[in-house]
Amino acid sequence: MIVAEKKPMEEIIEEIKHFENILVLGCNECVTVCEAGGKKEVGVLASALRMFFLKQGRKMRIDERTLERQCDPEYLEEIRDVADGYDAVVSLACGVGVQFTAEHYPSLPVYPGVNTCFMGVTEARGMWTERCQGCGQCILAATGGICPVARCAKRLFNGPCGGSSDGKCEIGKDTVCAWQLIIDRLRALGRMEEYERIAPIKDWSTDRAGGPRKIVREDLAP
Amino acid sequence: MRLSYPADIRIVRVPCTGKVDLIHILRAFEKGADGVSVVGCMEGDCHYNSGNFRAKKRVAQAKKVLDTVGIGAERVQMYNLSSSEGPRFARFAEEMADRIRALGPNPVRAAVNQMEHQTGGGR
Repeated sequence: MIVAEKKPMEEIIEEIKHFENILVLGCNECVTVCEAGGKKEVGVLASALRMFFLKQGRKMRIDERTLERQCDPEYLEEIRDVADGYDAVVSLACGVGVQFTAEHYPSLPVYPGVNTCFMGVTEARGMWTERCQGCGQCILAATGGICPVARCAKRLFNGPCGGSSDGKCEIGKDTVCAWQLIIDRLRALGRMEEYERIAPIKDWSTDRAGGPRKIVREDLAP
Repeated sequence: MRLSYPADIRIVRVPCTGKVDLIHILRAFEKGADGVSVVGCMEGDCHYNSGNFRAKKRVAQAKKVLDTVGIGAERVQMYNLSSSEGPRFARFAEEMADRIRALGPNPVRAAVNQMEHQTGGGR
C-alpha cells in the first residue's frame, strides 16, 4: 500500500484559514489501512477544525466525505454535484489523490492533509516499513524476493558492502542489511549459487531517472 | 450504598472502554460537553485484555487534539477502578466536576453563545 502520515493540524489550519466552506475528503484505500486518511481520520480532523474555528469566533462550514478512491475518475465524479459549494478541499488521500482531485476540479483549491511517505507493508500494528520504490524493472526473482533497491541504503546490486555488520546497515542500528536478508533467504531456499552470479548494470530509465512515467495498454484503451 | 455524586454528569455506557474512540470524545466536546472522563477497569484487569489500554491511548490522542484546538487537554481524563468500587467512582466524579468547574465552560460553546448573542440569533 501507499503509506502516509497525518500532517500536523497546525499546518492544515494555516492552509485553509482564509476559506469559509471546506470539504475534508478522505480515501477508502491505502490511507485508510495505514490510518492516516480514511473515514475515521476525516471525522476527527473535521471535528477538530470545526471546534478550532468556532473558538476563534468563525462559523465555517467544514463537511466530511470519503470516496472509494481518489485516483480513479469515476469516484471523483461522485462529488461533482456538491463541489461548487466549497471554497477548498482538504484531501486526506496520498499525493496521487490530492493531485487527481485538483485535476478534476480546476477551479477548486485542493490542499494535502497527509504526508505521503512510501510504498510499504504493515509490519506490526502501528508500524509500516518500505518495500518497493517502483523502479519499473523488478529484480526480485534474482534476490530471493528481497529488494535491494528499496531496502539497501546504497541500492547495491552485488552486496553487501563493508558497512554491513551483525545483519545491520551502517546507517543505523534499526536498519536491517538488505543483503544480509537476501543471503539468508537464498541460503534457506538452497539457491546460494544465484548469489554468485554478478548482476548486470540496471537500466534506470524506467525509474524516476527517465522522467514522469506512463503506461499505455492498447488492449484496454477504449 | 446510596452514594451521591455531581448531578451534572451524564453517563454514556459502553461495553468496554476499548469501544471509546477518539471521535466519540471529540464529538462530546463539539456538542458542548465541558469535560469528558473515561472510566475503565483497573489496568491488567480488562476482560478483553487490552480494552482499557486502548482507551488510555485514545485519551492521550484526545488530549493532544484538544490542546491544538484550544479547548485544553485537562478537560479529558482517564480513570481506572474495579466495578465494585462505588465510592471510588463517586470520588472520581467529584474530582472531575471540581476540575471542570474551575476551568469554566467549554470555550467552543462559550464562543458560539457569544456569536449568537452578537448576531441576535437564539439557539
